[in-house]
Amino acid sequence: MGRMTSALAPPTTARPQPGAPAKSSRPRSRPRFTAWRRWLSPVAIVALWQLASSTGVLDERKLASPAQIAAAAGELIGDGTLGDAVLVSVQRVALGFVLGAVLGLLLALVAGLSRIGEDAVDPPMQMLRTLPHFGLIPLFIIWMGIDEAPKVALIALGVAFPLYLNTFAGIRGIDRKVMEAARSMHLTRLQRIRHVVLPGALPSTLVGLRQSLGIAWLSLIVAETIGSDAGLGYMINRARDFLLTDVIVVGLVTYSLLGLATDAVVRYLERRALSWRA
Amino acid sequence: MARLTTNRTSSTPTSTPAHAPDPHPANGADRAAGHVARVRGHHRSFGDVHVLRSIDLDVAPGDFVALLGRSGCGKSTLLRSLAHLDPSPTDEVDVVGRSAVAFQEPRLLPWKSVVDNVALALLNAPERKDRVRLARERLEEVGLAEKMDAWPLQLSGGQAQRVSLARALVPDPSLLLLDEPFSALDALTRIEMHQLVIELWRRRQMAVLLVTHDVDEALGLADLVHVMDGGRMARTWQIDLPRSERSPSHPEIAGVREEILQTLGVEPTPPNPNRVPSTPSGAADSRGAA
Repeated sequence: MGRMTSALAPPTTARPQPGAPAKSSRPRSRPRFTAWRRWLSPVAIVALWQLASSTGVLDERKLASPAQIAAAAGELIGDGTLGDAVLVSVQRVALGFVLGAVLGLLLALVAGLSRIGEDAVDPPMQMLRTLPHFGLIPLFIIWMGIDEAPKVALIALGVAFPLYLNTFAGIRGIDRKVMEAARSMHLTRLQRIRHVVLPGALPSTLVGLRQSLGIAWLSLIVAETIGSDAGLGYMINRARDFLLTDVIVVGLVTYSLLGLATDAVVRYLERRALSWRA
Repeated sequence: MARLTTNRTSSTPTSTPAHAPDPHPANGADRAAGHVARVRGHHRSFGDVHVLRSIDLDVAPGDFVALLGRSGCGKSTLLRSLAHLDPSPTDEVDVVGRSAVAFQEPRLLPWKSVVDNVALALLNAPERKDRVRLARERLEEVGLAEKMDAWPLQLSGGQAQRVSLARALVPDPSLLLLDEPFSALDALTRIEMHQLVIELWRRRQMAVLLVTHDVDEALGLADLVHVMDGGRMARTWQIDLPRSERSPSHPEIAGVREEILQTLGVEPTPPNPNRVPSTPSGAADSRGAA
Protein backbone atom coordinates (compact mmCIF):
# COMPACT_ATOMS: atom_id res chain seq x y z
CA MET A 1 0.00 0.00 0.00
CA GLY A 2 1.04 3.54 -0.63
CA ARG A 3 1.95 4.56 2.85
CA MET A 4 4.14 1.56 3.12
CA THR A 5 6.05 1.99 -0.08
CA SER A 6 6.67 5.64 0.51
CA ALA A 7 8.03 4.93 3.94
CA LEU A 8 10.14 2.09 2.69
CA ALA A 9 11.72 4.22 0.04
CA PRO A 10 14.18 6.32 2.03
CA PRO A 11 15.98 4.02 4.45
CA THR A 12 19.30 5.37 3.35
CA THR A 13 19.54 8.46 5.51
CA ALA A 14 20.61 6.95 8.80
CA ARG A 15 23.04 4.38 7.52
CA PRO A 16 25.94 3.85 9.89
CA GLN A 17 29.27 4.96 8.53
CA PRO A 18 31.65 2.03 8.61
CA GLY A 19 34.73 4.23 8.40
CA ALA A 20 33.79 6.43 11.35
CA PRO A 21 34.35 4.51 14.57
CA ALA A 22 33.44 5.52 18.11
CA LYS A 23 35.10 8.89 17.91
CA SER A 24 31.92 10.72 18.82
CA SER A 25 31.24 8.52 21.83
CA ARG A 26 33.92 10.19 23.93
CA PRO A 27 33.29 9.53 27.61
CA ARG A 28 31.79 12.48 29.44
CA SER A 29 34.04 12.24 32.48
CA ARG A 30 37.70 12.68 31.87
CA PRO A 31 39.91 9.66 32.00
CA ARG A 32 41.66 9.26 35.32
CA PHE A 33 45.11 10.07 34.06
CA THR A 34 44.20 13.57 32.92
CA ALA A 35 42.03 14.41 35.94
CA TRP A 36 45.04 15.14 38.14
CA ARG A 37 46.17 17.79 35.64
CA ARG A 38 43.31 19.95 36.76
CA TRP A 39 44.97 20.13 40.18
CA LEU A 40 48.23 21.45 38.79
CA SER A 41 47.39 25.13 38.60
CA PRO A 42 45.71 25.43 42.02
CA VAL A 43 48.67 23.71 43.63
CA ALA A 44 51.02 26.00 41.73
CA ILE A 45 49.14 29.07 42.95
CA VAL A 46 49.37 27.93 46.56
CA ALA A 47 53.06 27.22 46.08
CA LEU A 48 53.64 30.69 44.63
CA TRP A 49 51.65 32.17 47.49
CA GLN A 50 53.82 30.33 49.99
CA LEU A 51 56.93 31.49 48.16
CA ALA A 52 55.76 35.08 48.22
CA SER A 53 55.05 34.88 51.94
CA SER A 54 58.35 33.19 52.77
CA THR A 55 60.38 35.71 50.84
CA GLY A 56 58.50 38.60 52.43
CA VAL A 57 56.98 39.82 49.18
CA LEU A 58 53.54 39.23 50.70
CA ASP A 59 53.14 41.05 54.01
CA GLU A 60 51.91 38.53 56.54
CA ARG A 61 49.76 41.16 58.24
CA LYS A 62 47.83 41.43 54.97
CA LEU A 63 47.56 37.73 54.26
CA ALA A 64 48.98 34.81 56.16
CA SER A 65 50.99 32.17 54.34
CA PRO A 66 49.44 28.83 53.45
CA ALA A 67 51.63 27.15 56.06
CA GLN A 68 50.43 29.53 58.75
CA ILE A 69 46.84 28.99 57.68
CA ALA A 70 47.26 25.25 57.81
CA ALA A 71 48.78 25.53 61.25
CA ALA A 72 45.96 27.78 62.42
CA ALA A 73 43.42 25.34 60.99
CA GLY A 74 45.06 22.51 62.91
CA GLU A 75 44.98 24.55 66.07
CA LEU A 76 41.35 25.63 65.64
CA ILE A 77 40.30 22.08 64.93
CA GLY A 78 42.41 20.74 67.76
CA ASP A 79 41.00 22.96 70.49
CA GLY A 80 37.45 22.55 69.17
CA THR A 81 36.99 26.20 68.25
CA LEU A 82 36.28 25.48 64.62
CA GLY A 83 33.99 22.55 65.37
CA ASP A 84 31.89 24.62 67.78
CA ALA A 85 31.70 27.49 65.32
CA VAL A 86 30.67 25.22 62.47
CA LEU A 87 28.04 23.58 64.63
CA VAL A 88 26.47 26.94 65.52
CA SER A 89 26.57 28.13 61.93
CA VAL A 90 25.20 24.91 60.49
CA GLN A 91 22.34 25.04 62.98
CA ARG A 92 21.48 28.54 61.85
CA VAL A 93 21.54 27.51 58.21
CA ALA A 94 19.58 24.34 58.85
CA LEU A 95 16.86 26.12 60.79
CA GLY A 96 16.64 28.99 58.32
CA PHE A 97 16.69 26.59 55.40
CA VAL A 98 13.92 24.39 56.74
CA LEU A 99 11.71 27.36 57.55
CA GLY A 100 12.35 28.99 54.20
CA ALA A 101 11.94 25.77 52.27
CA VAL A 102 8.64 24.95 53.93
CA LEU A 103 7.41 28.48 53.28
CA GLY A 104 8.58 28.56 49.68
CA LEU A 105 7.24 25.12 48.82
CA LEU A 106 3.90 25.71 50.52
CA LEU A 107 3.39 28.98 48.69
CA ALA A 108 4.42 27.36 45.41
CA LEU A 109 1.87 24.61 45.92
CA VAL A 110 -0.88 27.08 46.79
CA ALA A 111 -0.07 29.19 43.74
CA GLY A 112 0.59 26.26 41.45
CA LEU A 113 -2.43 24.15 42.24
CA SER A 114 -5.21 26.71 42.06
CA ARG A 115 -5.94 29.82 40.07
CA ILE A 116 -7.20 31.61 43.16
CA GLY A 117 -4.02 30.67 44.95
CA GLU A 118 -1.97 31.97 42.06
CA ASP A 119 -3.82 35.27 42.02
CA ALA A 120 -3.38 35.63 45.76
CA VAL A 121 0.20 34.48 46.17
CA ASP A 122 2.07 35.08 42.97
CA PRO A 123 1.80 38.89 42.57
CA PRO A 124 3.22 39.71 46.01
CA MET A 125 5.91 37.05 45.61
CA GLN A 126 6.92 38.42 42.22
CA MET A 127 7.12 41.92 43.70
CA LEU A 128 9.04 40.87 46.78
CA ARG A 129 11.53 38.77 44.91
CA THR A 130 13.00 41.88 43.29
CA LEU A 131 13.82 43.18 46.76
CA PRO A 132 17.40 42.38 47.76
CA HIS A 133 16.75 40.57 50.99
CA PHE A 134 19.94 41.79 52.61
CA GLY A 135 18.37 45.22 52.45
CA LEU A 136 15.91 44.06 55.07
CA ILE A 137 18.60 43.65 57.72
CA PRO A 138 17.94 47.02 59.37
CA LEU A 139 14.23 46.25 59.63
CA PHE A 140 14.94 42.78 60.94
CA ILE A 141 17.19 44.19 63.62
CA ILE A 142 14.52 46.66 64.66
CA TRP A 143 11.89 43.91 64.72
CA MET A 144 13.88 41.05 66.17
CA GLY A 145 16.94 42.49 67.84
CA ILE A 146 20.34 41.00 67.15
CA ASP A 147 19.88 37.49 68.47
CA GLU A 148 19.33 34.36 66.42
CA ALA A 149 15.95 35.45 65.07
CA PRO A 150 17.06 37.99 62.45
CA LYS A 151 19.84 35.64 61.26
CA VAL A 152 17.49 32.72 60.81
CA ALA A 153 14.85 34.98 59.23
CA LEU A 154 17.35 36.35 56.74
CA ILE A 155 18.41 32.85 55.71
CA ALA A 156 14.80 31.65 55.51
CA LEU A 157 13.84 34.58 53.31
CA GLY A 158 16.76 33.93 51.01
CA VAL A 159 15.84 30.28 50.72
CA ALA A 160 12.11 30.74 50.19
CA PHE A 161 12.23 32.69 46.94
CA PRO A 162 14.28 30.42 44.66
CA LEU A 163 12.30 27.43 45.87
CA TYR A 164 9.01 29.22 45.35
CA LEU A 165 9.84 30.55 41.90
CA ASN A 166 11.28 27.31 40.55
CA THR A 167 8.65 25.03 42.01
CA PHE A 168 5.82 27.27 40.85
CA ALA A 169 7.29 27.41 37.36
CA GLY A 170 7.78 23.63 37.48
CA ILE A 171 4.14 23.02 38.34
CA ARG A 172 2.94 25.42 35.68
CA GLY A 173 5.30 23.91 33.14
CA ILE A 174 3.88 20.41 33.39
CA ASP A 175 2.72 19.12 30.03
CA ARG A 176 -1.01 19.76 29.84
CA LYS A 177 -1.39 16.73 27.64
CA VAL A 178 0.05 14.50 30.32
CA MET A 179 -2.28 16.05 32.86
CA GLU A 180 -5.15 15.34 30.50
CA ALA A 181 -4.04 11.73 30.13
CA ALA A 182 -4.15 11.43 33.91
CA ARG A 183 -7.69 12.76 33.87
CA SER A 184 -8.64 10.30 31.16
CA MET A 185 -7.46 7.56 33.53
CA HIS A 186 -10.05 8.79 36.03
CA LEU A 187 -7.43 9.70 38.61
CA THR A 188 -8.65 11.90 41.43
CA ARG A 189 -7.24 15.36 41.88
CA LEU A 190 -5.13 14.21 44.80
CA GLN A 191 -3.77 11.30 42.78
CA ARG A 192 -2.95 13.61 39.92
CA ILE A 193 -1.10 15.95 42.26
CA ARG A 194 0.85 13.10 43.79
CA HIS A 195 1.73 11.20 40.64
CA VAL A 196 1.87 13.90 37.99
CA VAL A 197 2.20 17.38 39.44
CA LEU A 198 4.76 16.84 42.17
CA PRO A 199 7.13 14.55 40.26
CA GLY A 200 6.70 16.73 37.21
CA ALA A 201 7.77 19.80 39.14
CA LEU A 202 10.65 18.01 40.85
CA PRO A 203 13.38 18.85 38.31
CA SER A 204 12.63 22.56 38.69
CA THR A 205 12.38 22.23 42.45
CA LEU A 206 15.83 20.68 42.59
CA VAL A 207 17.22 23.55 40.55
CA GLY A 208 15.60 25.87 43.07
CA LEU A 209 17.07 23.82 45.89
CA ARG A 210 20.60 24.30 44.63
CA GLN A 211 20.08 28.01 44.20
CA SER A 212 18.50 28.35 47.62
CA LEU A 213 21.29 26.46 49.37
CA GLY A 214 23.82 28.78 47.79
CA ILE A 215 21.83 31.76 48.99
CA ALA A 216 21.46 30.15 52.43
CA TRP A 217 25.23 30.08 52.95
CA LEU A 218 25.60 33.58 51.56
CA SER A 219 22.86 34.80 53.88
CA LEU A 220 24.57 33.08 56.79
CA ILE A 221 27.80 34.95 56.15
CA VAL A 222 25.99 38.27 55.98
CA ALA A 223 23.74 37.42 58.91
CA GLU A 224 26.66 36.47 61.12
CA THR A 225 28.03 39.96 60.80
CA ILE A 226 25.02 41.08 62.85
CA GLY A 227 26.38 41.01 66.38
CA SER A 228 27.27 37.35 66.75
CA ASP A 229 28.73 35.77 69.83
CA ALA A 230 29.19 32.34 68.30
CA GLY A 231 29.61 30.72 64.92
CA LEU A 232 31.94 31.01 62.00
CA GLY A 233 31.11 34.67 61.44
CA TYR A 234 31.93 35.43 65.06
CA MET A 235 35.23 33.60 64.71
CA ILE A 236 36.09 35.60 61.60
CA ASN A 237 35.06 38.94 63.12
CA ARG A 238 37.10 38.34 66.23
CA ALA A 239 40.08 37.38 64.12
CA ARG A 240 39.68 40.64 62.23
CA ASP A 241 39.95 42.54 65.51
CA PHE A 242 43.25 40.82 66.20
CA LEU A 243 44.45 40.94 62.56
CA LEU A 244 44.61 37.15 62.46
CA THR A 245 44.37 36.73 58.71
CA ASP A 246 45.10 33.01 58.98
CA VAL A 247 41.98 32.46 61.10
CA ILE A 248 39.93 34.57 58.67
CA VAL A 249 41.05 32.42 55.76
CA VAL A 250 40.32 29.25 57.71
CA GLY A 251 36.79 30.55 58.27
CA LEU A 252 36.35 31.40 54.60
CA VAL A 253 37.60 28.00 53.47
CA THR A 254 35.22 26.38 55.92
CA TYR A 255 32.31 28.35 54.45
CA SER A 256 33.14 27.18 50.96
CA LEU A 257 33.65 23.58 52.01
CA LEU A 258 30.25 23.60 53.67
CA GLY A 259 28.73 25.06 50.51
CA LEU A 260 30.42 22.42 48.39
CA ALA A 261 29.16 19.69 50.69
CA THR A 262 25.51 20.73 50.46
CA ASP A 263 25.83 21.19 46.72
CA ALA A 264 27.16 17.66 46.44
CA VAL A 265 24.18 16.40 48.41
CA VAL A 266 21.76 18.09 46.01
CA ARG A 267 23.63 16.78 43.00
CA TYR A 268 23.39 13.31 44.46
CA LEU A 269 19.66 13.80 45.00
CA GLU A 270 19.31 14.96 41.41
CA ARG A 271 21.05 11.89 40.09
CA ARG A 272 18.86 9.66 42.19
CA ALA A 273 15.56 11.38 41.56
CA LEU A 274 16.01 12.27 37.92
CA SER A 275 17.52 9.08 36.59
CA TRP A 276 14.53 8.83 34.23
CA ARG A 277 15.98 11.64 32.15
CA ALA A 278 18.16 9.01 30.53
CA MET B 1 -33.49 1.79 23.13
CA ALA B 2 -33.21 1.08 19.47
CA ARG B 3 -30.08 2.24 17.82
CA LEU B 4 -30.23 4.80 15.12
CA THR B 5 -30.34 2.36 12.29
CA THR B 6 -32.09 4.91 10.12
CA ASN B 7 -28.91 6.87 10.18
CA ARG B 8 -27.00 4.00 8.76
CA THR B 9 -26.51 3.27 5.12
CA SER B 10 -25.41 -0.23 4.62
CA SER B 11 -22.85 -0.46 1.93
CA THR B 12 -24.11 -3.84 0.84
CA PRO B 13 -27.78 -4.50 0.81
CA THR B 14 -27.06 -8.19 0.52
CA SER B 15 -24.45 -8.11 3.20
CA THR B 16 -22.80 -11.08 4.75
CA PRO B 17 -23.96 -11.88 8.28
CA ALA B 18 -22.43 -9.28 10.52
CA HIS B 19 -19.04 -10.14 11.98
CA ALA B 20 -18.99 -13.70 10.82
CA PRO B 21 -15.21 -13.86 11.22
CA ASP B 22 -15.25 -11.88 14.42
CA PRO B 23 -16.69 -14.15 17.06
CA HIS B 24 -17.29 -11.39 19.48
CA PRO B 25 -19.22 -12.41 22.55
CA ALA B 26 -20.82 -9.03 22.90
CA ASN B 27 -22.04 -8.94 19.37
CA GLY B 28 -24.96 -11.24 19.86
CA ALA B 29 -28.06 -10.47 21.82
CA ASP B 30 -26.36 -7.79 23.93
CA ARG B 31 -25.76 -5.78 20.89
CA ALA B 32 -29.32 -4.66 20.58
CA ALA B 33 -29.86 -4.51 24.31
CA GLY B 34 -27.40 -2.06 25.76
CA HIS B 35 -25.04 0.67 24.82
CA VAL B 36 -21.67 1.70 26.08
CA ALA B 37 -22.06 5.19 24.76
CA ARG B 38 -25.10 7.15 23.79
CA VAL B 39 -24.96 10.70 22.54
CA ARG B 40 -28.15 12.64 21.93
CA GLY B 41 -28.36 16.13 20.53
CA HIS B 42 -24.89 16.92 21.76
CA HIS B 43 -23.82 20.45 21.08
CA ARG B 44 -20.50 22.10 21.73
CA SER B 45 -19.39 25.57 20.88
CA PHE B 46 -16.40 27.68 21.68
CA GLY B 47 -17.53 31.29 21.56
CA ASP B 48 -19.34 31.72 18.29
CA VAL B 49 -17.83 28.63 16.74
CA HIS B 50 -20.13 25.65 16.79
CA VAL B 51 -17.86 22.65 16.91
CA LEU B 52 -20.51 20.01 17.42
CA ARG B 53 -24.08 20.47 16.25
CA SER B 54 -26.72 18.16 17.57
CA ILE B 55 -24.68 15.00 17.44
CA ASP B 56 -26.37 11.62 17.82
CA LEU B 57 -24.21 8.57 18.25
CA ASP B 58 -24.65 5.11 19.65
CA VAL B 59 -21.91 2.67 20.45
CA ALA B 60 -23.02 -0.82 21.41
CA PRO B 61 -20.91 -3.24 23.42
CA GLY B 62 -18.30 -4.76 21.18
CA ASP B 63 -18.72 -2.27 18.37
CA PHE B 64 -15.71 -1.11 16.43
CA VAL B 65 -16.64 2.36 15.31
CA ALA B 66 -14.61 4.87 13.34
CA LEU B 67 -15.21 8.61 13.41
CA LEU B 68 -13.84 9.94 10.19
CA GLY B 69 -13.48 13.49 9.07
CA ARG B 70 -11.26 16.35 8.13
CA SER B 71 -9.27 18.29 10.67
CA GLY B 72 -11.60 20.54 12.60
CA CYS B 73 -14.74 18.56 11.80
CA GLY B 74 -15.32 18.00 15.51
CA LYS B 75 -14.39 14.35 15.73
CA SER B 76 -11.76 14.83 18.40
CA THR B 77 -14.05 17.14 20.31
CA LEU B 78 -16.67 14.41 20.31
CA LEU B 79 -14.08 11.97 21.63
CA ARG B 80 -13.19 14.39 24.40
CA SER B 81 -16.85 14.60 25.33
CA LEU B 82 -17.07 10.83 25.46
CA ALA B 83 -13.94 10.66 27.61
CA HIS B 84 -15.40 13.35 29.89
CA LEU B 85 -12.26 15.36 29.38
CA ASP B 86 -14.47 18.35 28.72
CA PRO B 87 -17.58 19.08 30.70
CA SER B 88 -20.45 17.49 28.85
CA PRO B 89 -24.03 17.34 30.11
CA THR B 90 -25.00 13.84 31.14
CA ASP B 91 -28.30 13.96 29.30
CA GLU B 92 -26.40 14.55 26.08
CA VAL B 93 -23.46 12.21 26.58
CA ASP B 94 -23.93 8.97 28.44
CA VAL B 95 -21.10 6.48 28.76
CA VAL B 96 -21.82 3.23 30.54
CA GLY B 97 -18.90 1.69 32.35
CA ARG B 98 -15.38 2.87 32.08
CA SER B 99 -13.79 4.69 29.21
CA ALA B 100 -10.10 4.84 28.43
CA VAL B 101 -8.22 6.94 25.91
CA ALA B 102 -5.13 6.37 23.83
CA PHE B 103 -4.06 9.70 22.41
CA GLN B 104 -2.15 10.64 19.31
CA GLU B 105 0.96 11.05 21.46
CA PRO B 106 1.67 8.34 24.02
CA ARG B 107 1.51 10.87 26.88
CA LEU B 108 3.44 8.69 29.29
CA LEU B 109 4.82 10.03 32.55
CA PRO B 110 8.56 10.16 31.89
CA TRP B 111 9.38 9.82 35.58
CA LYS B 112 7.65 6.49 35.96
CA SER B 113 8.90 3.20 34.61
CA VAL B 114 6.90 1.60 31.82
CA VAL B 115 5.17 -0.83 34.14
CA ASP B 116 4.37 1.92 36.65
CA ASN B 117 2.91 4.03 33.88
CA VAL B 118 0.52 1.25 33.05
CA ALA B 119 -0.21 0.49 36.69
CA LEU B 120 -1.09 4.14 37.22
CA ALA B 121 -4.36 3.63 35.39
CA LEU B 122 -5.30 1.12 38.09
CA LEU B 123 -4.63 3.45 40.97
CA ASN B 124 -8.06 2.83 42.40
CA ALA B 125 -7.53 -0.92 42.50
CA PRO B 126 -6.79 -2.13 46.01
CA GLU B 127 -3.28 -3.53 46.08
CA ARG B 128 -0.14 -2.30 44.48
CA LYS B 129 0.94 -5.88 43.93
CA ASP B 130 -2.19 -6.58 41.89
CA ARG B 131 -1.75 -3.37 39.95
CA VAL B 132 1.76 -4.31 38.93
CA ARG B 133 0.72 -7.85 38.05
CA LEU B 134 -2.11 -6.64 35.83
CA ALA B 135 0.13 -4.02 34.27
CA ARG B 136 2.69 -6.70 33.45
CA GLU B 137 0.02 -8.86 31.86
CA ARG B 138 -1.18 -6.02 29.64
CA LEU B 139 2.38 -5.18 28.64
CA GLU B 140 2.94 -8.77 27.67
CA GLU B 141 -0.25 -8.62 25.69
CA VAL B 142 1.02 -5.69 23.64
CA GLY B 143 4.37 -7.41 23.21
CA LEU B 144 6.49 -5.25 25.50
CA ALA B 145 7.36 -7.72 28.23
CA GLU B 146 11.05 -6.92 27.94
CA LYS B 147 10.54 -3.17 28.41
CA MET B 148 8.70 -3.31 31.72
CA ASP B 149 11.38 -1.55 33.72
CA ALA B 150 12.57 0.84 31.05
CA TRP B 151 11.98 4.57 31.25
CA PRO B 152 9.54 5.97 28.68
CA LEU B 153 12.25 8.15 27.19
CA GLN B 154 14.13 5.00 26.24
CA LEU B 155 11.29 3.73 24.05
CA SER B 156 10.75 4.14 20.34
CA GLY B 157 7.60 5.89 19.16
CA GLY B 158 5.87 2.63 18.39
CA GLN B 159 6.84 1.09 21.72
CA ALA B 160 5.62 4.13 23.61
CA GLN B 161 2.33 3.95 21.76
CA ARG B 162 2.02 0.29 22.75
CA VAL B 163 2.56 1.26 26.38
CA SER B 164 -0.12 3.88 25.97
CA LEU B 165 -2.42 1.20 24.60
CA ALA B 166 -1.61 -1.15 27.48
CA ARG B 167 -2.33 1.66 29.91
CA ALA B 168 -5.70 2.24 28.28
CA LEU B 169 -6.52 -1.47 28.40
CA VAL B 170 -5.45 -2.27 31.92
CA PRO B 171 -8.60 -1.06 33.70
CA ASP B 172 -10.71 -3.22 31.35
CA PRO B 173 -12.59 -0.37 29.74
CA SER B 174 -15.96 -0.96 28.18
CA LEU B 175 -15.17 1.77 25.69
CA LEU B 176 -11.71 2.30 24.27
CA LEU B 177 -11.32 5.71 22.68
CA LEU B 178 -8.51 6.03 20.18
CA ASP B 179 -7.66 9.59 19.17
CA GLU B 180 -5.62 9.15 15.99
CA PRO B 181 -3.16 6.99 17.88
CA PHE B 182 -1.43 5.73 14.77
CA SER B 183 -1.01 8.91 12.81
CA ALA B 184 2.41 9.78 14.21
CA LEU B 185 3.85 6.31 13.61
CA ASP B 186 5.84 5.14 10.63
CA ALA B 187 3.94 3.08 8.11
CA LEU B 188 5.20 -0.34 9.14
CA THR B 189 4.66 0.28 12.83
CA ARG B 190 1.21 1.54 11.98
CA ILE B 191 0.31 -1.71 10.26
CA GLU B 192 1.52 -3.65 13.30
CA MET B 193 -0.52 -1.43 15.57
CA HIS B 194 -3.62 -1.94 13.42
CA GLN B 195 -3.23 -5.69 13.79
CA LEU B 196 -2.62 -5.35 17.50
CA VAL B 197 -5.71 -3.25 18.05
CA ILE B 198 -7.88 -5.70 16.16
CA GLU B 199 -6.41 -8.59 18.16
CA LEU B 200 -7.00 -6.84 21.46
CA TRP B 201 -10.51 -5.87 20.46
CA ARG B 202 -11.36 -9.43 19.49
CA ARG B 203 -10.03 -10.79 22.74
CA ARG B 204 -11.98 -8.41 24.92
CA GLN B 205 -15.53 -7.36 25.44
CA MET B 206 -15.03 -3.76 24.69
CA ALA B 207 -16.20 -1.27 22.16
CA VAL B 208 -13.62 0.74 20.27
CA LEU B 209 -14.17 4.20 18.92
CA LEU B 210 -11.39 5.26 16.59
CA VAL B 211 -11.03 8.89 15.58
CA THR B 212 -9.10 9.18 12.35
CA HIS B 213 -8.74 11.22 9.22
CA ASP B 214 -7.48 8.20 7.30
CA VAL B 215 -10.23 6.71 5.13
CA ASP B 216 -8.34 3.47 4.54
CA GLU B 217 -7.60 3.03 8.21
CA ALA B 218 -11.28 3.47 9.05
CA LEU B 219 -12.34 1.07 6.31
CA GLY B 220 -9.77 -1.51 7.31
CA LEU B 221 -10.52 -1.53 11.01
CA ALA B 222 -14.06 -0.47 11.77
CA ASP B 223 -17.43 -2.11 11.31
CA LEU B 224 -19.15 1.23 11.41
CA VAL B 225 -17.71 4.31 9.82
CA HIS B 226 -19.30 7.58 10.83
CA VAL B 227 -18.26 10.48 8.68
CA MET B 228 -18.38 13.88 10.33
CA ASP B 229 -18.41 17.18 8.55
CA GLY B 230 -18.73 20.66 9.97
CA GLY B 231 -19.64 19.44 13.42
CA ARG B 232 -22.40 17.15 12.19
CA MET B 233 -22.71 13.47 11.58
CA ALA B 234 -22.78 13.41 7.82
CA ARG B 235 -23.31 9.78 7.06
CA THR B 236 -22.63 6.29 8.33
CA TRP B 237 -21.45 3.19 6.56
CA GLN B 238 -21.57 -0.32 7.88
CA ILE B 239 -18.76 -2.52 6.66
CA ASP B 240 -19.77 -6.14 6.84
CA LEU B 241 -16.90 -7.51 4.86
CA PRO B 242 -14.50 -9.67 6.89
CA ARG B 243 -11.38 -7.70 7.69
CA SER B 244 -9.21 -10.15 5.82
CA GLU B 245 -11.00 -9.23 2.60
CA ARG B 246 -10.91 -5.49 3.02
CA SER B 247 -8.36 -4.76 0.41
CA PRO B 248 -8.66 -1.30 -1.14
CA SER B 249 -9.13 -3.00 -4.48
CA HIS B 250 -12.14 -4.93 -3.28
CA PRO B 251 -15.06 -3.46 -5.20
CA GLU B 252 -17.18 -2.95 -2.11
CA ILE B 253 -14.40 -1.20 -0.20
CA ALA B 254 -13.50 0.84 -3.23
CA GLY B 255 -17.15 1.83 -3.61
CA VAL B 256 -17.53 2.93 0.01
CA ARG B 257 -14.23 4.71 -0.19
CA GLU B 258 -15.44 6.73 -3.14
CA GLU B 259 -18.71 7.56 -1.39
CA ILE B 260 -16.87 8.67 1.73
CA LEU B 261 -14.52 10.87 -0.25
CA GLN B 262 -17.49 12.41 -2.02
CA THR B 263 -19.16 13.06 1.31
CA LEU B 264 -15.99 14.76 2.49
CA GLY B 265 -15.90 16.82 -0.68
CA VAL B 266 -12.78 15.22 -2.05
CA GLU B 267 -12.66 14.63 -5.79
CA PRO B 268 -13.07 10.90 -6.17
CA THR B 269 -9.89 9.50 -7.58
CA PRO B 270 -8.66 5.97 -7.78
CA PRO B 271 -7.81 4.94 -4.23
CA ASN B 272 -4.07 5.28 -4.54
CA PRO B 273 -1.95 4.76 -7.60
CA ASN B 274 0.60 2.88 -5.55
CA ARG B 275 -1.70 0.32 -4.19
CA VAL B 276 -4.59 -0.38 -6.49
CA PRO B 277 -3.64 -2.56 -9.36
CA SER B 278 -0.83 -4.85 -8.47
CA THR B 279 -1.38 -5.93 -4.89
CA PRO B 280 -4.35 -8.23 -4.59
CA SER B 281 -3.43 -9.33 -1.09
CA GLY B 282 -0.71 -6.96 -0.07
CA ALA B 283 -0.03 -5.13 3.12
CA ALA B 284 -3.46 -3.60 3.18
CA ASP B 285 -5.01 -6.94 3.98
CA SER B 286 -2.63 -7.84 6.71
CA ARG B 287 -4.32 -5.55 9.19
CA GLY B 288 -7.51 -7.52 8.97
CA ALA B 289 -6.06 -10.90 8.39
CA ALA B 290 -5.06 -11.70 11.93
